[in-house]
Amino acid sequence: MTPNVERCAAVSTHRLSKTFGAQYALRNVDLEVQAGEFVAIFGPNGAGKTTLIRILSTLTKATSGEVVIEGHPLNKDSGKIRCKIGVIGHQTFLYENLTAEENLKFYARLYRVKKANDRITQLLRDVGLETRRKDQVRTFSRGMQQRLSIARSLLHDPSLLLLDEPYTGLDQHASKMLTSWLTRLRERRQTTLMVTHDLERGVDLADRIAILVRGKVVFNDLRANVDRSAFRQVYYDLVEKHNRQR
Amino acid sequence: MIHSIFTIAAKDFVSELRGKEMVLSMLVFSLMVAVVFNFALPPGSDAIEEAAPGILWMIFIFASVLGMNRTFVYEVDKGCLQGLMLAPVDRVVIYISKLLVNFSFIFLVELMVLPLFSIFFKLDFATGIWPLLFVLFINTLGLAIVGTLFSAISVNTKTREVMLPILQFPVTVPIIMSAVEATSAVLQGQEWSVIWGWSKIGIVFDVVFFVVAFHTFEFVIEE
Repeated sequence: MTPNVERCAAVSTHRLSKTFGAQYALRNVDLEVQAGEFVAIFGPNGAGKTTLIRILSTLTKATSGEVVIEGHPLNKDSGKIRCKIGVIGHQTFLYENLTAEENLKFYARLYRVKKANDRITQLLRDVGLETRRKDQVRTFSRGMQQRLSIARSLLHDPSLLLLDEPYTGLDQHASKMLTSWLTRLRERRQTTLMVTHDLERGVDLADRIAILVRGKVVFNDLRANVDRSAFRQVYYDLVEKHNRQR
Repeated sequence: MIHSIFTIAAKDFVSELRGKEMVLSMLVFSLMVAVVFNFALPPGSDAIEEAAPGILWMIFIFASVLGMNRTFVYEVDKGCLQGLMLAPVDRVVIYISKLLVNFSFIFLVELMVLPLFSIFFKLDFATGIWPLLFVLFINTLGLAIVGTLFSAISVNTKTREVMLPILQFPVTVPIIMSAVEATSAVLQGQEWSVIWGWSKIGIVFDVVFFVVAFHTFEFVIEE
């Protein structure tokens, strides 16, 4: 990572909160993701991980607090922010009646990607789906759909990638491919924020690790300061401790 | 904005051409109802001329609900609505493109049903075809404007198949009134001023509800 890159926060949240009725999904979350950093956020079900991703991706409005992405306040510049982010979620956002190529062309037009055909060809080659470009997505396995989803999310060359449980529903082979893809993105210094249950994969990929429990960030440290073998126990202890504080 | 509207609409047209879920279900339903009424009111009976506009619009309204129920179901079931919402386009672009698609498919089905209805009930639509097309256009647009907005609301409810007609029918009473009376005037060969008089209700409805939908769609779709 270059020093220049290190100084710039790609994502910054300050006292970010989200409530659904009387229930807090997020509570005063302060988080910074530096440009080029891969951040993994872990947490049990209901911790607020998906809510955090939805807010950062402009799909849900925060109840209070501030979010700044690449220098743009989220509440004012959501349009600009959407141009800069790519999202991979539980669902693929792909149309099953359309072919792989048509899906990517559709999103390329919405994002006004220049030289879209070249970009689509390159991405389909990268995710190993070039030979299936004319096939409808309904004929794809879950793993292939997720690979196409990765291509879709990278189509407009986003500076920030948000991943919401990207391993959901993938078999071992597809998971391995996704991991190798994420590793390549990390090596390219693609700024990435991933929320996942998968401790081992998350720890291996991340530059920084955070744990979210009941809407609060209870742990946030560089991966270099974390002992991989002891992390699972640290995670369980923190989750148990903060769940007890009901 | 125009570019994005046509991009989304073109995607929906291609998708529908392959799936044929919307047009086929609307067409089959319309034909079935027309056949049932053909048995109930034999051709040549006195009641037909009076009942025909009502039957015709009943078919179109129920068929349109059947079709518009699919508008956002496909997007939500596959998570694609989030994909659209993540794109750097205004939310209202999604509404207008869906409105365009809904209107086109409903109008297409109406154009297919009209000649068959004419044959079943031995009615002459040819004489007043242009005023009739005008009446169809204005009132179908009204149905699509309201239906597209309400289908975005109903798609996130548990009883979405039932919710759309429950929301839509009370609101579209002015459209039903305008459509039936104007169609009746066309079939009876009345003057244009009579048809125009009823159609004005439809036009005002279209304008008012388009403005309402334009300003509320973002809130409807976001949470």
